[in-house]
Amino acid sequence: MLRNLAAVLSVIAALVVVWYLAVVPMNMHEALTQAERAGEVIDPPTARERRDIGGLTLLRNNPGYAGGTFSQDRPRLPSPHQVLIELYETTIEKNITSKRSLVYHGWITLSATLLGFAIGTGAGILLAVGIVHNKAMDMSVMPWAIASQTIPILAIAPMIIVVLNSIGMQGLIPKAMISAYLSFFPVVVGMVAGLRSPQISQLDLMHTYSASRAQVFWRLRLPASMPYLFTSLKVGIAASLIGAIVGELPTGAVEGLGARLLAGSYYGQTIQIWAALFGAAILAASLVALIGWVQALTLRKMGMAR
Amino acid sequence: MSGLRERAGALGALQAVALLIALFLDANLALILFVWFAAWQINIQFSESRTARAMAGRLFVAALFGLTLLLLWEMTVRIYDVPLVILPAPSEIATRFAGSLAILWKDFVQTFVKGALTGYVMGCGAAVLMAIAVDRSPFLQRGLLPVGNFMAALPIIGTAPILVMWFGFGWQSKAAVVVVMVFFPVLVNTVQGLHATERMQRDLMHTYAASYWQSLFKLRLPAAMPFMFNGLKIASTLALIGAIVAEFFGSPTLGMGFRISVSVGQLQLDMVWAEITVAALAGSAFYGAVAFAEKKVTFWHPSQRG
Repeated sequence: MLRNLAAVLSVIAALVVVWYLAVVPMNMHEALTQAERAGEVIDPPTARERRDIGGLTLLRNNPGYAGGTFSQDRPRLPSPHQVLIELYETTIEKNITSKRSLVYHGWITLSATLLGFAIGTGAGILLAVGIVHNKAMDMSVMPWAIASQTIPILAIAPMIIVVLNSIGMQGLIPKAMISAYLSFFPVVVGMVAGLRSPQISQLDLMHTYSASRAQVFWRLRLPASMPYLFTSLKVGIAASLIGAIVGELPTGAVEGLGARLLAGSYYGQTIQIWAALFGAAILAASLVALIGWVQALTLRKMGMAR
Repeated sequence: MSGLRERAGALGALQAVALLIALFLDANLALILFVWFAAWQINIQFSESRTARAMAGRLFVAALFGLTLLLLWEMTVRIYDVPLVILPAPSEIATRFAGSLAILWKDFVQTFVKGALTGYVMGCGAAVLMAIAVDRSPFLQRGLLPVGNFMAALPIIGTAPILVMWFGFGWQSKAAVVVVMVFFPVLVNTVQGLHATERMQRDLMHTYAASYWQSLFKLRLPAAMPFMFNGLKIASTLALIGAIVAEFFGSPTLGMGFRISVSVGQLQLDMVWAEITVAALAGSAFYGAVAFAEKKVTFWHPSQRG
């Protein structure tokens, strides 16, 4: 465990180092332009001449100005500490009801994610139960459920938003629909596999007890499906969050992490984009970790923990 | 068998009651319900018959279900005069599809061939090379696997605005988004796959005095193929999503994502649906091609036999 942690930490440290190294050539043009405005003599002297020269060459010619790449207002690549500071300022320092608080925007996205996830998971489990107990349903629906996973469903997102807008639904519901749609199919496919996971001998045993179909379902199939359910829930919640974020893009939404990304890309606020990106990453990681925790708890209670 | 017939009879009775109620409320609704229930009963009858066990029979049941959905969609739109801006009928979409083949083809080439496919090849190639590179260091692997798993669950699609800012509006930025999206799933699966050989097999290579590269190419890479293809299949869906969504953040005046967002703005929903049809076809074909390659390469694996 400790060895793993050390390995993970060194990989992360290596990534941060690479990131810092990349910041210098990426922002060199801007750093030199600022130095030129301040009256320094640079080789080559004007921004136009420098435009077609790579960042590394510029660095070799003017190594003294590398420091200016770490503290720009709108860098092409912000350095890690800039992103951390922005994250800190927009989460801890701002009031959480403020429009500039990342917690506020994160909550908007999170509420759509959770609502959609609940709808999608519920519908997915119901459909899976139907598929397992009804052969006609299995043969008609299952191939489409599998095929639909190969289709870029996210491409429909803008249309769903606009259509629901035109019939008067705004805000939370359209985004939740996209989230629900994205989490629906992983849950269906995982749950069908889970409900079918009991072996023939176990089903035969239930048969010798002359158990009814309902009893077989509640006593055998449902408990046996739990590991499969949690695995697909993890996929589903990650997909739900992506759905909610993408759902905020097309209408030029004013609230939510997706809106922060879009606004940042309109106005060249790169630090804001990166902060929103990290906010989304932290949110995704916590949601997946939360489900992992519930999974460990449930499976241990059921005596299925590995 | 008798229990089955009883349940089918109960379902039929329920359907008849629903039809009667609908007939009192609205004759059109009754007509739609009638078509639905009829197709349902046909599918039930067929899925219980002997022919359903053959491959062709299974295809027929699934196709019938799909066709029923299309028919119900068409009837609902026609009978209730649903406006085009909310939901176009399948026939309208087909007409639009046939009428704008030239545009659709150009969008397809821009988004799929230039953006998604280039990015897919580059990203998967880089991931496999990276996996082989870290293969010799157990320390790096222990660190990279959790980080890679973590990254694969993140909303990486959010890097799209940043990459569009760096690489411009052309297909290069879309390919870059696809590279980032497909990299981690393929990396994680390949690293796991390279461990799929058993001790005995590796010892055998050792007794042959095989060099590292010989045992890599003759034993471990082939053994990793089922895992690698798992990652490649996941990546094939992600690639198209990445290329389409990246176009929402800026693109030249062609491409599937561009056309979708512009047509949504103009409320030309038939065009949006035509693009979605293209995306669905391209996505399934791409996935099918990867699955076909998997069948040819990993013919020896238990999951591909019989």
